[in-house]
Amino acid sequence: MANKHVNAVVIGAGAGGGVVAKELAIGGLTVVLFERGRWHTFDEHGDDELTSQRTFPLKCGYGPDNERNWRMAPDGKNGWIKVFPNEWSYGNNAACVGSGTVSYGAMAWRFQPEDFHLKTKYGAVPGSTLDDWPLSYDELEPYYEKAEYELGVAGDPTNDPYVPPRKNPYPMPAFSYNREGIILEKAAKRLGFHPFPIPMLRNSVPYNGRPACIRMRTCVGFACPVGAKAGTQNTVIPVALKTGNCELRINCMVSEIIVDDRGKAKGIKYFDVNNKLQEQTSDLVVVSASASETARLLLNSKSKLFPNGAGNNNGWVGKNIQDHAYTGAYGLFEDEVYDDVGPGACIAINDFNHRFPDIIGGGVLCNEFIRMPYMFCSIRPSGSKMWGKGHKEFQKHNFKRHIGIHGPVQEMPVFDKKVDVDPVVRDFWGIPVARISGFRHDNDIKVGHFLADKAEEWLKEAGAIYTWQGVPGKQSTPSQHQSGTCRMGNDPKTSVTNRYGQLHEIDNIFIADGSLHVNNGGYNPALTILALGYWVGGHITDNWKGTKMK
Amino acid sequence: MTGKNKLNRRGFVHLAALGTGSICLLPGCIRSISQWRFFTDSEAQLMDALADQIIPPDEWPGGRESGVTNFIDKQLDTYYRIHQLAYREGLAAFEKTVIQMKGKKFEELPFAEQTAMLEKMEAGEFSGDYWKDHSPANFFDMVRQHSLQGFYGSPVHGGNRGYISYHMLGLDYPNVIGQNRYNDLSWRKYNPKSPENGK
Repeated sequence: MANKHVNAVVIGAGAGGGVVAKELAIGGLTVVLFERGRWHTFDEHGDDELTSQRTFPLKCGYGPDNERNWRMAPDGKNGWIKVFPNEWSYGNNAACVGSGTVSYGAMAWRFQPEDFHLKTKYGAVPGSTLDDWPLSYDELEPYYEKAEYELGVAGDPTNDPYVPPRKNPYPMPAFSYNREGIILEKAAKRLGFHPFPIPMLRNSVPYNGRPACIRMRTCVGFACPVGAKAGTQNTVIPVALKTGNCELRINCMVSEIIVDDRGKAKGIKYFDVNNKLQEQTSDLVVVSASASETARLLLNSKSKLFPNGAGNNNGWVGKNIQDHAYTGAYGLFEDEVYDDVGPGACIAINDFNHRFPDIIGGGVLCNEFIRMPYMFCSIRPSGSKMWGKGHKEFQKHNFKRHIGIHGPVQEMPVFDKKVDVDPVVRDFWGIPVARISGFRHDNDIKVGHFLADKAEEWLKEAGAIYTWQGVPGKQSTPSQHQSGTCRMGNDPKTSVTNRYGQLHEIDNIFIADGSLHVNNGGYNPALTILALGYWVGGHITDNWKGTKMK
Repeated sequence: MTGKNKLNRRGFVHLAALGTGSICLLPGCIRSISQWRFFTDSEAQLMDALADQIIPPDEWPGGRESGVTNFIDKQLDTYYRIHQLAYREGLAAFEKTVIQMKGKKFEELPFAEQTAMLEKMEAGEFSGDYWKDHSPANFFDMVRQHSLQGFYGSPVHGGNRGYISYHMLGLDYPNVIGQNRYNDLSWRKYNPKSPENGK
């Protein structure tokens, strides 16, 4: 029996898709929210480090699974090799209801106002497709606020002189510092930095019917056992379902957007839980499947007017994929600095973003989330003994005596750093697989050194007796912070969507995820993706007339 | 605990069958009494020695006693099926290489000589037919990483017996929710040199 026609299909129940589904359902549209994964709980996974979403030698606990979801990656010799979700060269993001927001660290950053007009601020950057966003920080500000209040953010910007302007305070008080935070705060102040508590999508007090955080050591990479961490799965998606307008269809892999000969989307094709090919027709389609999978789906949706994939007649779909060039330093201390108060990351400085004329961009610096025992095995100065007595002594002595400070360097978009689809290789369902390739811009490495120096200086001032830096290289596979593959813009020649996430070429297909980012800020991108979900969803409901946009 | 004391489900079934007087005389049947899922007994002995090199016993148990071999054996039957051939051939080639160079099995070498052999393997300094097509450094690194996973990962995967590595690192386990908080910062006053008290 055919599926009942609906107003909107939303593909991907992560940060962007969860919010859009809720906005549309509240706005009265009938919605089917598709998710290739399923519901996950803490009880299913526990605190097993080897199947977490942060270190995943055995599998990515929160998806996707290795059995059906491979990709191709450059083999370094002008060829390609098959890679699986739990390999770093895959570029994994989660795949489940809530997606990355189930197991993320939940930092709740707004981008800086400058991040929305980087080209105007710094000028064109050779080798980069750097551009301004088609919307300003001020326009997005109310949507940031909506995300902060509907999902719940704890923070206090009082001591951050570089906080992006905000009309209202955070809905919850900030978290207290753990022992690392207390040590680092004093040192930062001595250096003239401006430390402040990291805003978190995590309840510091009971909020929205969910309890306060219990400070687990296993937070980033894991689901929360009490639901204190806000994801779309425990906030907006339940609200969407409660309206009665939204059906969540899990374990369903969308393979293609159906575009008719007149260039309109008619719905989608998907493989259901029994791997049977089905169709779901709709008036409009919203794609929020992550920067890599959204691009893959558009590229795999070929039609008469769009032989290179939906909305891709200018060849920009999949290009400019960005992530963050994580940089920073570690320090070893004489005394124990570990107090088992999770999630670990608690203190930040905004001092090194957009304030140095010869540094394009920059990034926030934060202390790291708790490094679990297996992960800690690879945290070593270069040249260290990685096994045997030397390894074990280091583990025993330094597990509780080290601090890491890191920051996400804002990557310069590079046109040929991209997602495309393999001409031959197909996944379990027979859908052409994604492949991610290309190299970082030199500026990312330059800024990486700049920020790592600051991180190391901070650790030394805090009393570290030994420090070392970890600076990014040219090679990277964008994963949990992937963005930029369907950038928004005013010029249809150099962007994929307009300022509302609507494809320039097909007006009933919208994008609502990190793919829209023109650049990725010097911050974890989750709150910006959530805000864009409200922005796109709000635009659709404001302009909805029965079965189409007015 | 030695490997012989270990009893997984399959081993138990076989022993139970023998104990109740069932007839089990076929050679294949006797061979399958191996207590391992993937390893042969001799491979497992070699793995135990390797695990103790990667994580040597000191005042805390080493790789062998903590269950690293059991962890890897279990993964080779589940998540790491893809590595079965690498282990089967790699361990055999390694054993052969050691016998050629030292005239003895790896397990029979003194600890320091074992370490020296592994340093050679890590540096890629093995020769012989097998190593022409297979990187000794890669094989070593695979065994090293899997051993560390066994020692530090959750016991549900067959290693880290009794959360021994967590105890070694001073991490409370089980991590009883709400019971493991250390908000009391009185430790400061006992240690005027602590970094929190500044320079």
